Amino acid sequence: MRPILMKGHERPLTFLKYNREGDLLFSCAKDHTPTVWFADDGERLGTYRGHNGAVWCCDVSRDSTRLVTGSADQSVKLWDVQTGTQLYSFNFNSPARSVDFSVGDKLVVITTDPFMGNPSTIQVKRIARDPADQTSDSVLTIKGPQGRINRAVWGPLNKTIISAGEDSIIRIWDPETGNLLKESDKESGHQKTISSLCMSADKSHFLTGSADKSAKLWDTRSLTLLKTYQMDRPVNAVAISPLLDHVVIGGGQEAVNVTMTDRRAGKFEAKFYHKILQDEIGGVKGHFGPINALAFNPDGRSFSSGGEDGYVRLHHFDPDYFSIRM
Amino acid sequence: MAATAALSMSEIENKAALLGIDLSTIDYDSIVLPPGQDFGITSDDEDILHEEEAPEFETGYGNVIVVDNLPVVSPEKFAKLEGVIRKIYSQTGVIKEGGLWMPVNPDTKMTLGYCFIEFNTAQEAKEAKEKTDGYKLDKSHIFVVDMFDDIERYMNVPDEWTPAEIKPYEAGDHLQHWLTDEKARDQFVIHAGNVTEIFWNDARQLRPDPVYQRQYWTDSFVQWSPLGTYLATVHRQGAAVWGGKSTFNRIHRFPHNQVKHIDFSPGERFLVTYSSQEPSNPRDTHRVVLNIFDLRTGKLMRDFKGSVDDFTTGGTGGLSGISWPIFKWGGGKEDKYFARIGKNAIYVYETETFILVDKKSYKVDNVVDFSWSPTDSILALFVPELGGGNQPARVSLVQMPGKVELRQKNLFSVSDCKMYWQSNGEYLAVKVDRYTKTKKSTYTGFELFRIKERDIPIEVLELDNKNDKIIAFAWEPKGHRFAVIHGDGPRPDVSFYSMKTGGITARVSKLTTLKAKQANALYWSPAGRFIVLAGLKGFNGQLEFYNVDDLETMATGEHFMCTDIDWDPTGRYVATAVTSVHEMENGFHIWSFNGKLLYRIPKDHFYQFQWRPRPPSLLSPEKEEEISRNLRKYSKKYEAEDQDVSLALSEQDRKKRRALQEEWETWTARWKQYHEEERELRLQLRDGEPSDDEGSQEQYEAKEVEAEEVLDVHEEIVD
Repeated sequence: MRPILMKGHERPLTFLKYNREGDLLFSCAKDHTPTVWFADDGERLGTYRGHNGAVWCCDVSRDSTRLVTGSADQSVKLWDVQTGTQLYSFNFNSPARSVDFSVGDKLVVITTDPFMGNPSTIQVKRIARDPADQTSDSVLTIKGPQGRINRAVWGPLNKTIISAGEDSIIRIWDPETGNLLKESDKESGHQKTISSLCMSADKSHFLTGSADKSAKLWDTRSLTLLKTYQMDRPVNAVAISPLLDHVVIGGGQEAVNVTMTDRRAGKFEAKFYHKILQDEIGGVKGHFGPINALAFNPDGRSFSSGGEDGYVRLHHFDPDYFSIRM
Repeated sequence: MAATAALSMSEIENKAALLGIDLSTIDYDSIVLPPGQDFGITSDDEDILHEEEAPEFETGYGNVIVVDNLPVVSPEKFAKLEGVIRKIYSQTGVIKEGGLWMPVNPDTKMTLGYCFIEFNTAQEAKEAKEKTDGYKLDKSHIFVVDMFDDIERYMNVPDEWTPAEIKPYEAGDHLQHWLTDEKARDQFVIHAGNVTEIFWNDARQLRPDPVYQRQYWTDSFVQWSPLGTYLATVHRQGAAVWGGKSTFNRIHRFPHNQVKHIDFSPGERFLVTYSSQEPSNPRDTHRVVLNIFDLRTGKLMRDFKGSVDDFTTGGTGGLSGISWPIFKWGGGKEDKYFARIGKNAIYVYETETFILVDKKSYKVDNVVDFSWSPTDSILALFVPELGGGNQPARVSLVQMPGKVELRQKNLFSVSDCKMYWQSNGEYLAVKVDRYTKTKKSTYTGFELFRIKERDIPIEVLELDNKNDKIIAFAWEPKGHRFAVIHGDGPRPDVSFYSMKTGGITARVSKLTTLKAKQANALYWSPAGRFIVLAGLKGFNGQLEFYNVDDLETMATGEHFMCTDIDWDPTGRYVATAVTSVHEMENGFHIWSFNGKLLYRIPKDHFYQFQWRPRPPSLLSPEKEEEISRNLRKYSKKYEAEDQDVSLALSEQDRKKRRALQEEWETWTARWKQYHEEERELRLQLRDGEPSDDEGSQEQYEAKEVEAEEVLDVHEEIVD
């Protein structure tokens, strides 16, 4: 499996997202320009210029016409995917950490960081069909959890919002009223900051990765802990294979702690685990910094990883990957 | 507190609900029990609490001593006597102003023959008592000095003797139960974070099997006794030893405040504890206290107190000056002698009486190092060069008791010596660093003593390349071979030598040299024959498993950043560990003797890994020989067992997988059902656009679009 190295960012990667067809790959990095690539050969198609800070997260609409990006410049911007023009900018008074389109792409859930005395928030905005009608009013604002909320996503049928962050608790909210519906168990749940959260294709279950060196699989509706994947390093990124019962987990020692000259010390591998048996299948080496972002192509035949080293590595699986027997 | 666990959390919650108390609103720290009331819950540390030394109060009389047996004098001589006493006691400490009080009989105005002296500190008072109790002022006046606080205690001693209460006999625990394990497994202890855990090494199942675990078991470290009978823990109040059949029960406590180091005698008869106290005056040296306890009764046999200087050869002094263990045990497994080094002497004590052998120390001028033979009462001493080379350095072997010099060897232009005993006491290797003629550099050679042969012949061994630095040296346990790592560069060589070649007149000879190895440490299997050449620290944990019988490498491996390596007592498995000297990668790996990685356990804040030692085998050498000759017969049985276990294991594994798979399928079935039910709603949310997975393949339509794009318009005039 020879990866395609995509060098387009000058700073560490933060997020990767495929569109629904799996032909486009969107990447966000701490430089200010989200980039779109051909997911097949890694050719760079274009960039979205306009942000003035690190871009933490993005999401693309189902029909691949709209891109939404959240940035540390305290704005969330809406883009035309094809032309790269900025359609609208939601402004906040603190950095935006995560964005996620609802089913139907009419709503977007945004989280903002605690900043200058403002607490962290989860906000829901309505996306107008015609960008000319777009307003910046929030449909709903939730405050409450302490610390940064690293990820908030929609549950099935937009009936719930699931959030996770620095306080290591996963919460399920009612998007109509903003009420807290469920909280993950402190004992069995994560013990440290939850860094990433990834939904399965049918939104029935999701995977979270944490600095406590583990990744956990949860049922979306009941918030039951299904599986735990124990790692030997902090987890920064997780992804669920849509095709096989595999999950991929990436991370590594925090960049500030990496002082070794030997790259093995940092454990910058993307590790594959069997989703059901929780056994390690294998690892994909290559990055020379922690892995910050992982994404599976919706067809499950390739995946990409983004690292602190500024590279996106696009891997197409070899045929023998599909015949792995556990 | 273990006892509180008797009341489970759920019981407490039920009780609280019954009483209408919301537990979450209670600040537990604000609850104070009435004094003397424990609600029937006794703490298992209760007795420790009472044993602890009473705290010192400013107002106490800890700094007051009573001096008795003074002359009874008339008022004329009062001042003179007072002057004498003041002079005596000013030497040991500072007497408080007005701190000397000699009462007089109000009728006769004569003194009563005793006085009170108050010092600045309790420590000074203690010292004064120790130094002057029994002081002879003159023939008929021998001081009797007591602490003021003790007087009261003596007053309370009942006049009638009452027989001590004889406790009914309690059957002791089976302390060697672990040796009767049916699968002949070995145990090990690990100390990580604040948890200490003991496991069986279940190599067949490829995992550790937990035996016992306890939080906050020790304050600093744990240590097995040399024969594996006890596990020692170290606390602020002292050391404790634990053992037993299935759980670890406390067997004895050895009170010793601020204990820092402990050491067992090799035969497990005694325990030595050590503490050092920082001086109140920074110019003074550290004061050290050593206690020797009888391990089985818990009785204090002898204590040693003094300044650090008394326990070192007078080198650097201070804290770094002591090298642990201070007392080295000799005389084989019977723990007959223990010895320590002092200035120009070696102090050898007998454990029968706990006094010096022949009631005096063994004078050796300028001795700097000594060691006992592991099996016999033979001391090896090293005296460095003196008088600028006029008096040569010397290594001598001395038999105890009797202090008979068995053998002596003078050595010239020596810079340093190190002694290595073979585990059976058959050979002694002395590594000698000598100056070259220019005195600018050193080179190394070995003096090899054959202890068990007549007259103890000595052989000199020099390496092929005399200038090579010796990085490591190790005898084969119970064997006749040794390994040396030598060389200067980043890839040193490893050589193996044998003491038993060349027929009757045995000579040392080289077996082989392995060139350019990434190794800086040697770990022989306790059973001999196999050795691990390890590259620790700078070499990142390279491991080479080497068979010295066949002179071949069995396997190479790597445990990245490995810091510690430990063979199990039978020589079947090797543990490699990364302890918390590194921040990352903490944990341990277990390997088979031939270098196959069996399993690995990551543990954060990993401090210690220690195999539980085994007592020596009860089989005679002949019997062992016979077993190894008929190994095939015995191994058949175990191979069959192995097969069974591996079958059972794979069966177990299959079952587990099937269960997991089935569980997962119930989940996915439920999800599918939800997904179906929600299809319509999803369709609505998407404005009628068919949902993702519902036949998305069919929905997918490949359309070829041709688009023309004008890249550049360029006009050129053609002729």
